[in-house]
Amino acid sequence: MRTVYLFAVLLVFWLALSGHYTAFLIGAGVFSCALVVYLARRKGVFEVKGGHPVHPLLTGAITYWPWLFGQIVLANIDVFWRVWHPRLPIDPRLVRVPYRTTTDLHTTLYANSITLTPGTITLAVEEGEFLVHALSAASEKGLVSGQMHDRVRSLE
Amino acid sequence: MILLDIVAASSLFLGALVAVTGAVGVLRMPDFYTRAHCSGKGDTLAQLLIFLGLALYTVAHAGSLSVNTPAVVVRLLLITGFIIVTSPTATHAVARGAQQDGRVPWRKGEPRR
Repeated sequence: MRTVYLFAVLLVFWLALSGHYTAFLIGAGVFSCALVVYLARRKGVFEVKGGHPVHPLLTGAITYWPWLFGQIVLANIDVFWRVWHPRLPIDPRLVRVPYRTTTDLHTTLYANSITLTPGTITLAVEEGEFLVHALSAASEKGLVSGQMHDRVRSLE
Repeated sequence: MILLDIVAASSLFLGALVAVTGAVGVLRMPDFYTRAHCSGKGDTLAQLLIFLGLALYTVAHAGSLSVNTPAVVVRLLLITGFIIVTSPTATHAVARGAQQDGRVPWRKGEPRR
């Protein structure tokens, strides 16, 4: 079921981006999508923990994505002045951040949101916690407050 | 539409500024991890702003450009969605690789690497 679903989504994506509907290009699209689905199966991408893969990302469209975009902008401004500051005021550190998300999708969403906001990169995903590299004390503070975690959890 | 033009131009300019900042950051930062911060993430916002600018420009000049406006805008949006997912994933993969390789993060006060 997931195989068919992934193939369909990929093919629609190809057709939407291509815009050239000749037999050769559509054939190439079908071949590429089939290859990706085959590789994904081999890699075990379908063996995920938790529900239907797309709907929480859509329910978050109104609340989560705009908020995340705002965070990305704020955090970019912080990194922006650090980069141009003559003394380069950074103080990198490793932080362990606990997470209580219940599905793989939400864990991924949380980990990727951390990496998307400048000043923090998720280095490793361990059982119950992330290892995060933070660029400064300010980035660490934003992370430890747990606001992003609560917002991701509210999407579950 | 002069107003749309101004918004589109500012958006393109800001995007370019963020991209240049990312490049400067890569040059100035002291070690691998801090450089990954600049290379991987400034790009996401830069790309968002530049694509927003391009979409607005296409809409503002829909009459005079010989392109299919909705098709261009939809593609720009699709690529944006794609990059929002893949960019942090790639940054994480590279940083995790460095961490598993035993690369120790730079601390304040150490010499540059």
